[in-house]
Amino acid sequence: MAVTSTQSSRTSGGGLWIPVESWPSIRFILIQNRAGKTRLAKWYMQFDDDEKQKLIEEVHAVVTVRDAKHTNFVEFRNFKIIYRRYAGLYFCICVDVTDNNLAYLEGIHNFVEVLNEYFHNVCELDLVFNFYKVYTVVDEMFLAGEIRETSQTKVLKQLLMLQSLE
Amino acid sequence: MSPSVRLQEMIRVIRSARTQGEERGVIQRECAAIRAQFRQADNGGRSHNLAKLLYVHMLGYPAHFGQMECVRLIASPRYNEKRVGYLGAMMLLDENQDASLLITNSIKNDLAHSSQYVQSLALCTLACMGSAEMCRDLAPEIDRLLRASSSYIKKKATLCAVHIVRKVPELGELFTPAARALLAEKNHGVLHGAVILITELCERNAQTLVQFREAVPELVHIMRGLVTSGYSPEHTVAGISDPFLQVRILRLLRILGRNNDTASDAMNDLLAQVATNTDSSKTAGSAVLYETVLTVMDIKSESGLRVLAVNILGRFLLNNDRNIRYISMTSLQKIVSTDHNAVQRHRGTIVDCLKDQDASVKRRALELSLALVSAINIRSMMKELLLFLSTCPPELKSHAASGIFNAAERYSPSQRWHIDTILHVLITAGADVRDETVPNLIQLITNASQLHCYTVHKLYRALVADISQQPLVQVACWCIGEYGDSLLQGDCEETEPIQVTEDDILDALETVLQSHMSSPATRGFALTATMKLSTRITENVDRIRSIVSIYGSCMDVELQQRAVEYNALFKKYDHMRAAVLEKMPVMDRSSMGQTNGESGGGGVQELEPTKPKQPEMMVAPQPASQVGGGEGGGGHGF
Repeated sequence: MAVTSTQSSRTSGGGLWIPVESWPSIRFILIQNRAGKTRLAKWYMQFDDDEKQKLIEEVHAVVTVRDAKHTNFVEFRNFKIIYRRYAGLYFCICVDVTDNNLAYLEGIHNFVEVLNEYFHNVCELDLVFNFYKVYTVVDEMFLAGEIRETSQTKVLKQLLMLQSLE
Repeated sequence: MSPSVRLQEMIRVIRSARTQGEERGVIQRECAAIRAQFRQADNGGRSHNLAKLLYVHMLGYPAHFGQMECVRLIASPRYNEKRVGYLGAMMLLDENQDASLLITNSIKNDLAHSSQYVQSLALCTLACMGSAEMCRDLAPEIDRLLRASSSYIKKKATLCAVHIVRKVPELGELFTPAARALLAEKNHGVLHGAVILITELCERNAQTLVQFREAVPELVHIMRGLVTSGYSPEHTVAGISDPFLQVRILRLLRILGRNNDTASDAMNDLLAQVATNTDSSKTAGSAVLYETVLTVMDIKSESGLRVLAVNILGRFLLNNDRNIRYISMTSLQKIVSTDHNAVQRHRGTIVDCLKDQDASVKRRALELSLALVSAINIRSMMKELLLFLSTCPPELKSHAASGIFNAAERYSPSQRWHIDTILHVLITAGADVRDETVPNLIQLITNASQLHCYTVHKLYRALVADISQQPLVQVACWCIGEYGDSLLQGDCEETEPIQVTEDDILDALETVLQSHMSSPATRGFALTATMKLSTRITENVDRIRSIVSIYGSCMDVELQQRAVEYNALFKKYDHMRAAVLEKMPVMDRSSMGQTNGESGGGGVQELEPTKPKQPEMMVAPQPASQVGGGEGGGGHGF
């Protein structure tokens, strides 16, 4: 994994800046269907193309074998995946092991409710034919690997505004 | 025809392809057409061509030739072209591509654009794939936007600043004053971003951390507002006001209060208030409570608050939602060493979770249960753990077995109980125990001299029932070899009497020797045990002699050597046989690992001169010879 970690030993007015592992909370967001087709892949960290492909396949393998008897959290490599299944689609968020699982579970649900409102009872085909719009929704709600806007009304207002600019 | 129909048309055509080959063909044609279009001059359909290419990219096909087109589109004055261009940049360009540097200038211009939507596109792209150099170039712009712009832009600018600080930590210094000022914002989105930014800054620089400790009262005030008066109805989820913001503030408080008494005091009351007033019937409330608990346990909180936190975790354990039980156990695991008694109160529920159907819940419950075993509850806990062992999934068996052994070793109430427990484990999960279990158990048995009769009876029964579990078979053979005479006596006060004849015992050992399920080490044990019995039994010595001589021509070198040596013992050294094969003395723990150990093995020393190869044999990495090495100086002193 290509990581740009900056060595900072320069003492300035603000003291020493520790080059702590600079991972964003959310590593990536994936929407996949049961067959493994990716409907959305948003990466907040640097990965090579083949690493991305491998990750997609692994997440699919791990998540599709689970059913209602399992928790919504899976330990995966050295992070964890919070996922939720809606009809035939799996919405997966990959986060750091120290993050609050339940908060991101709510985050997924928030996101799906916005999609539902925006596309009027969203279904998988909506996500396929309007993929660029889905990215817009993601970018309104998540940014730099963090949750950005949590109010559904605000997000929908923005989205309609952007749509009118087309 | 509006160009977006062409995109939808292409998608439809691709989806209707029936085979992978057909799909590839369609996509190749489309890509060729797109490439041709890119080379032409501006024809109004550029954004849609790029959109088509992005769709193709999402399916997993290569799309690198679109990178320059992204750069061109970003520089275009038209909004929809910019938009697709930026989307393409986020999907196709990353820090490693040279083309990404080319858009730095466009981003800079767009950050100062009059339309906030264009500004937001630029911010979003920078936050997504900005490299370290781009971040350095554009940081002053971001700082400007943090101070003076609409809330919509500030929201994005804060998170963009977060990204910049992650890439280039020194730039944090630049953003610190602006971040401080942002805490006064009323807009939730901006506040949320500001809290995240402050968290990043504090994690990276100790002085900034000290500086922001002064903001603790302000943060406490904001939280109090959220918890009591329902700040903003738009942000309410399941009755909780903006749980996401609450969680982030709690996390920041945790970092600020760690190892600092004044800060921790300032937030004590607030944490108690959140802990008692938050409704945990839905996930949102539980998320906030969970974060509160994590914070309480991490800062210097007073003991009453800690007890409250552990009780919340205990309540979570009883929750119907499996997710909540799981995270509760994760947290309890972290505090079980510091707040042991508090966690002990919830032992019953934790033990119940061993029966849950989710494997990760089971794993957590197992680890917690093992941590909670103590001298007082050892009997009941062990019952549950053994039950778990028989039904648990295979990947947990070995961990459970070693945990049980450790617990038994530290807390067993009696030697008999200890031996029983180990036997039970060997019977249920024999294949998954570690190698040193066998010598450990043997050492334990020799130490419990009054239990030899009982032990050998139990082991004999187990052996007759099942010879597939190698560690069990090895221990059984060893014991039968050593204590076969007590087995023949028939009665033993602690178990039911059974009639065992010499033939029965030899039958059992021969079955082990001949079975394909026995490993070479196990057969070694069996052969030696057979040999030892020649001094313990009276009638069937000839049978033993014949068994031993058969194995003199065995293909396995180790067995062959043993058989040949035992034969020699019968033929040339018969007068010494009784002395060589007499009962083993009690072994110490410390001598078990030595290869040429001097403990015990009396009478075996005479054999050494005739068998110069033995030291090498001892060093060979076989469990059988390891045990042999630990038990005595040379030879096969079993």
